[in-house]
Amino acid sequence: MSEEREALTMDTFTQGLWKDNPVFVMMLGLCPALAVTNTAANALAMGLATTFVLICSGLLVSLLRKVIPKQVRIASYIIIIATFVTMADYGIKAISLDLYKALGAFIQLIVVNCIILGRAEAYASKNTPLRAVVNGTGMGLGFTIALLSMGIIREVLGSGTLFGAQVMPDRFQPWSIFVLPPGGFFVLAGWLMLFSWLRQRNTKQEVA
Amino acid sequence: MSAPTLKTSPHLRGMKSVDVIMRNVVYALIPVSLFSVLQFGLSALALILVCTTVCIGTEHFFCLRAGRETTVADWSAAITGLLMALVLPPGFPLWMAAVASFVAIALGKQIFGGLGFNLFNPALIGRAFAQAAFTVPITTWTPGMAHRRFMEFIPTTLTPPFLQPDMEAFQAWVTGLKLDGYSGATPLAMMKFDRFETDTLELFLGTIASSAGESSALLILLGGGYLAWRKMLNWRIPTAVLGSAFVLSAVFYLQDSTVYPSPFFTLCSGGLMLGAVFMATDMVSSPVTPGGLWIYGILIGVMTVIIRLFGGLNEGVMYAILLGNAATPLINNLTQPKIYGAVKKRKEVKA
Amino acid sequence: MSDAHAVAAPSPFRLVATLAGIALFSGVLLSLTYEGTKPIIARKEQAALQAAVMEVLPGAVSQRSYQRNETGWVLLNEGAEGANLYEGLDADGNRVGFALTGEARGYADVIRILYGYDPEQKQVIGLKVLSSNETPGLGDKIEKDPAFQENFTALDASLEYPIRTVKNGEKEHPWQVDGISGATVSSKAVGKALRESTAQWVPVLDNAIEGGEVQP
Repeated sequence: MSEEREALTMDTFTQGLWKDNPVFVMMLGLCPALAVTNTAANALAMGLATTFVLICSGLLVSLLRKVIPKQVRIASYIIIIATFVTMADYGIKAISLDLYKALGAFIQLIVVNCIILGRAEAYASKNTPLRAVVNGTGMGLGFTIALLSMGIIREVLGSGTLFGAQVMPDRFQPWSIFVLPPGGFFVLAGWLMLFSWLRQRNTKQEVA
Repeated sequence: MSAPTLKTSPHLRGMKSVDVIMRNVVYALIPVSLFSVLQFGLSALALILVCTTVCIGTEHFFCLRAGRETTVADWSAAITGLLMALVLPPGFPLWMAAVASFVAIALGKQIFGGLGFNLFNPALIGRAFAQAAFTVPITTWTPGMAHRRFMEFIPTTLTPPFLQPDMEAFQAWVTGLKLDGYSGATPLAMMKFDRFETDTLELFLGTIASSAGESSALLILLGGGYLAWRKMLNWRIPTAVLGSAFVLSAVFYLQDSTVYPSPFFTLCSGGLMLGAVFMATDMVSSPVTPGGLWIYGILIGVMTVIIRLFGGLNEGVMYAILLGNAATPLINNLTQPKIYGAVKKRKEVKA
Repeated sequence: MSDAHAVAAPSPFRLVATLAGIALFSGVLLSLTYEGTKPIIARKEQAALQAAVMEVLPGAVSQRSYQRNETGWVLLNEGAEGANLYEGLDADGNRVGFALTGEARGYADVIRILYGYDPEQKQVIGLKVLSSNETPGLGDKIEKDPAFQENFTALDASLEYPIRTVKNGEKEHPWQVDGISGATVSSKAVGKALRESTAQWVPVLDNAIEGGEVQP
């Protein structure tokens, strides 16, 4: 476990934001990224709920990393994650019923979001609590930003509004396909194209 | 490539090249296009010009970007553009038609690698996109044969880019035409919601509200007949599509003629004729074996009738053909000719 | 798992104990959260219901909930669960009407509605779409189109003629719903939901009022 001796660097945090962005680079958590990004508000709420679960489960897994025997680690992680997901579920319901209705089953489905189990297994179980929390925050924010950047485009083009407020001119024709499921794929594809183009350009510059 | 079906080897190549066939498809579409201009006037003409230009432009642009020789000369983009215009409502705003045409070529064709690699009929991809994106304009139908149709546009045609068409001006325009009994609904919608069956002869000749080029079954059959005669169109597909749609709707009609439309109505209404003759027959996205073509055609015909009679939509040809396209690789796989004398075993198939 | 063999495998007891410990911790955390959020959620749900009932019964300021059992209708205490009939009362405590639910298959999914019914006038006096999944820009007009909502301010529900959705601009009778052009399927579904729900409820309500089970 040599990793543990590494210092807490900026990279611990920014890893999830850019280099290993969960949606745009690692292609994890695509299901919520496609399903609940039809408005910016839904995307933001989903991102924050996932961030909450990521941070809390990361912290707990990291604290218990020397206690949990290898043989039952996956089962333990799932229980821990499910606990925080259920808490987020109650929390969102208490905050806003409308939001809860809009997000539907996708809150409960955070349990099976690979980002979270992936982080628990690959990072939190091998690192100190502080590092796990910092990294989880970065990953969560990276996820939130990805969802939000999809949600904003889909809402503005699909309904002409942003966070519910009219932003496009009065007679703007909303492209309703963008709030429908196919629009999610189009917007995701657009962002992925942009990201891979940026990365390709960066690699070329490094080589040159 | 005459009668493009794949049988057991030896495979002899026909003399016709892609551009000759495609050029003839354009010829076959000319009567339909002319009729739509006759029926809907300037707006239909503008729609055809915009769709064709944008399709050809998009094709050219993508070829340039990919560093390939431009494939504009093979006429396939022109056909996509023409078909695109013919399946849209005649008063469809031109900017939306341009978007749909761009999507047709970009997402329906070039993203797969251009002609010969597309899974779906590009024009129908464009139509499906427009259907999901611009729900109101694509269901706004205009009456044909308006008396000033060669002097003025349908008001919705010239909507400024990114804005909604002005429906009030449109309604005022329709009222100004003083048409008795015109409800703005297509024969299919009237059938679905009011059990009103339009006269089949009217449908056959094409004097009803419809997409720009779907109205005259007669002219479509004429174009298809020409292509089939030149062996540039596989007669099995339209026969299977129309035949299966006819039989299935006849079964329902005989059971309860008060609820279900007559089979003749099914054949002549909506886009079934145009779809069966010009879209389902797209060589790239249809199966290659004779048996496969029958399965494919019957699948489309049956799906169309099922969607029309039991689905939420009143027209199902577009989705039926897209489903048929999606099933094509599977059909090819299933109907693959056996190698003579070969031992039966699983093998890799390249589509 | 080659590592597991290198290190001595922990005793089965420890495995079970770890899992049990985590599960216990999770249980405690969850029951705390549940207890903490339950009153807030209940309050919000009550408020949402109240708001919906008031929206379909113009003029109502408070509501009473009823539940049906073997003997008839019983008045429920505020906040009690299991209500299937809501009565809206105005400021003087007089009944404005009842809020009822209905549903029918729309274009994309089942459309659920809540509507206000005035038993004296035998009219539908308000309607709200509780949940629908109709096409944005077309079918979802049933939720907010003012002209369509106008249908439900005084819609005849005497059951003499069943409620029907007719084509846009062709409404002639008080029991007809003027449809939305271009959204025929969705507007017909709303009409169907009303037709079926009123056919089921109106006789039941009339009986309940006559029998005195529901306070007049």
